[in-house]
Amino acid sequence: MTVRVGIIGASGYTGGELLRLLLSHPQVEVIQAASESSAGKYVYQVHPHLRGRSALRFTSRDTLQPCDVLFLAMPHGQAQQIINRCADLAPRIIDLSGDFRLRDFDVYARYYGAAHAAPDWLRRFVYGLPELYRDQLRSAHYASGVGCNATAATLAVWAAVKAGLLTPDQPLIADVKVGSSEGGNTPTEGSHHPARAGVVRPFQLTGHRHEAEVRQNLAACGDFDVRLAITSVELVRGVAAAVHVTLPAGLTERDLWKAYRDAWNDEPFVRIVHEKSGIHAHPEPRLLAGTNYADVGWDYDPATGRAVLLCALDNLGKGAAGSAVQCLNLMCGFEETTGLTWGGMYP
Amino acid sequence: MTIECVECGAELSLPPNVLVGEILPCSDCGVELEILSLEPLQVDLAPQEMEDWGE
Repeated sequence: MTVRVGIIGASGYTGGELLRLLLSHPQVEVIQAASESSAGKYVYQVHPHLRGRSALRFTSRDTLQPCDVLFLAMPHGQAQQIINRCADLAPRIIDLSGDFRLRDFDVYARYYGAAHAAPDWLRRFVYGLPELYRDQLRSAHYASGVGCNATAATLAVWAAVKAGLLTPDQPLIADVKVGSSEGGNTPTEGSHHPARAGVVRPFQLTGHRHEAEVRQNLAACGDFDVRLAITSVELVRGVAAAVHVTLPAGLTERDLWKAYRDAWNDEPFVRIVHEKSGIHAHPEPRLLAGTNYADVGWDYDPATGRAVLLCALDNLGKGAAGSAVQCLNLMCGFEETTGLTWGGMYP
Repeated sequence: MTIECVECGAELSLPPNVLVGEILPCSDCGVELEILSLEPLQVDLAPQEMEDWGE
């Protein structure tokens, strides 16, 4: 079976990553790619790595035709304005923006600074992280995307939370280092090369929007106090989360191995990276560029109970378009890993 | 024949004709395990050189 797919907002970075993945997907035909800013241009003129891969030209969203699955990859705030029209075009929608990630419209308003324009739709969307919501996604018609930093923080702590090693009586303090592509493809003063190159720039150390997503993801295990501190570093693609916690007294390395194996051994895109020595002993985002993998690990001091729980991923891959394609596979009944198993490059 | 990694608990298959003193890496955590004896089968961490960037 092949599904016919459209993308609205296809000229941005996540749109380009979606196109790259979907053009190689054996059960997908990309029939339309909408971009208001690039309408009329060939896809390769905006995404040069797709030259020769597609003869598609960007169209205006007003000319979109019905399709089987519609991806929305617009800036935050836009999808909620046109969701009813999108639902008329396609029975299945996957929105990569932040518009439908949160179930509670009051929480949405608090973190995004405005009331939601389509609050009735919030509970119709399933959060698009298959590692936590696989069963719901299999029968879903509407899936949200995931926040890249939220995904890294969630996956970093999930094994310990699921095993009961972490409880809500302590804050989960996540130091998150991020690459420049998280900022999207619209130039800003902060993205100007002389100002951006070489930075280790604290970006948002309190109150980041993705805190609400992580809290929502962990809610079944307790009301966790999640705090993200985001720092821009010299990467184009990549997120590295390090969550500082204290683990129960007497816990051993072997106990942690068991918790991580229980959580992740059956997951196709989450790998445990925890070695005693070597330069790749911990998760590292550079190795994951262009992939749908998330690597998780930890460092633990049994003498004090202090631990740092780690996750690395590609913000455009597992943190956006990769997870969205994984959702498509689940929602359409395809093998979950289809089109997503490329393993990256080294060095 | 299998052994359990003394570091992480992974179950590892031994190659045929394994020898005492042979060094085997763990497939999960990467530590090097040394075969100390075959009867009874005993393994332990092989000596490793560690990085120390704080010096």
